[in-house]
Amino acid sequence: MKTVEEIKAAIEAAVPGAKVEIVPNPGPSGEHSLLLGHEQAVEVARFLRDDPELALDYLSNVTGVDWLDKEVTEKVKVKRQVTKTVDGVEQTVEETVDETRKHVEPGYLEAVYHLFSMARKHGPVVLRLRTGNRTDQVEVPSLTMLWRAAEFQEREVFDLYGIVFKGHPDLRRILMWEGFKDHPMRKDYVEPDDYEYEPTAHDQVLKRAQAHQAQAAAMGQEGAGAGQ
Amino acid sequence: MAIDQELKIEMGKQGVFVTTIQELYNWGRRSSVWPMQFGLACCAIEMIATTMARYDLARFGAEVFRPSPRQADLMIVAGTVTKKMAPQVVRLYNQMAEPKYVIAMGACAISGGPFKQGYNVLKGIDRYMPVDVHIPGCPPRPEALIQAFMTLQKKIDSHHLTGEGRPRYLDPDAPGEFKVPEPGEHDLEPASNQGVWPVPVVIR
Repeated sequence: MKTVEEIKAAIEAAVPGAKVEIVPNPGPSGEHSLLLGHEQAVEVARFLRDDPELALDYLSNVTGVDWLDKEVTEKVKVKRQVTKTVDGVEQTVEETVDETRKHVEPGYLEAVYHLFSMARKHGPVVLRLRTGNRTDQVEVPSLTMLWRAAEFQEREVFDLYGIVFKGHPDLRRILMWEGFKDHPMRKDYVEPDDYEYEPTAHDQVLKRAQAHQAQAAAMGQEGAGAGQ
Repeated sequence: MAIDQELKIEMGKQGVFVTTIQELYNWGRRSSVWPMQFGLACCAIEMIATTMARYDLARFGAEVFRPSPRQADLMIVAGTVTKKMAPQVVRLYNQMAEPKYVIAMGACAISGGPFKQGYNVLKGIDRYMPVDVHIPGCPPRPEALIQAFMTLQKKIDSHHLTGEGRPRYLDPDAPGEFKVPEPGEHDLEPASNQGVWPVPVVIR
């Protein structure tokens, strides 16, 4: 099979104006993925499916990833004017100093597609589509019209992550009920406080149990229970 | 009320059958408990195995699995009850005619089991309706279900028809229907039915 770089070149040659970025995978599998821009995503996907050399006719998996806002700390070398006493004489010297800078990379949601070729027996090619942010720009183009296998899985990603697939024929919740407001697979999802806690709680469960008991104490209840 | 057991056996040998209405009534009840034919997850496979020739639930008068709640006496909650499924399970229970019994089969049905700390599984069906017998196990073996069944039969046998200890279905003031939970924005509403499930107290 072609390498990711070759696929990227082929896409750029076939679909003018396509935005494709390689997301490297540093692991031993080296399964690098292709990040697609929204405008040309459907054309790029159609090319990947219909190109006789790639013939990625089988969509095995669609999943979602929730990337939270990330604080990045980096060290930057900064030149500074420093007044120093060198050999008894006061001088202004230019000096390079390490400075730590922090900035916040905004989070986003990501839909990941794994493509294989039944005809040519190769794969996977991994596609990624990213949303603008995690709150109001949560749309990505749907690929259901190219691979029908995507229909239910995109609905699942919509249900659990809240990614809205534009162009999906029937975008409804598939696992949770209608009227459910949350997206349970997001990292900031707060579960309903509805289980009585085991007496030997530890780690995450212990934290939840303590929070629950503090809340119950504030409400004047005895013990721990189902939030009622 | 009670007859001396030895005297009863002795009279039986002489061809005299002595009984009480209560005994007869309970014998009839416990000898033809018809379960409802429905399963929710892998425990249902064990439930099916229990009805098959090797374990043969028919020995206990319970081989007739009814596909309609109107004709069933026993609900075997066999498997994981998800929050999406819970309202339907409670509704089926409400549609059963009295007297009705419930066996909660397996870790999921009694407590949520391995999914207890998840967001989508009900932490035990006893939050919404009264359960007669709980069976632990993941899944419980057919022997365990038979044990639960015999426990239920013993329970039915011990019922009094009148007085304080009478079962729910003989008490006109006791509720026969329970509130079907509504799917809410974050969770089922209510999270448990009051009076059915006391909020447990954790002693530390």
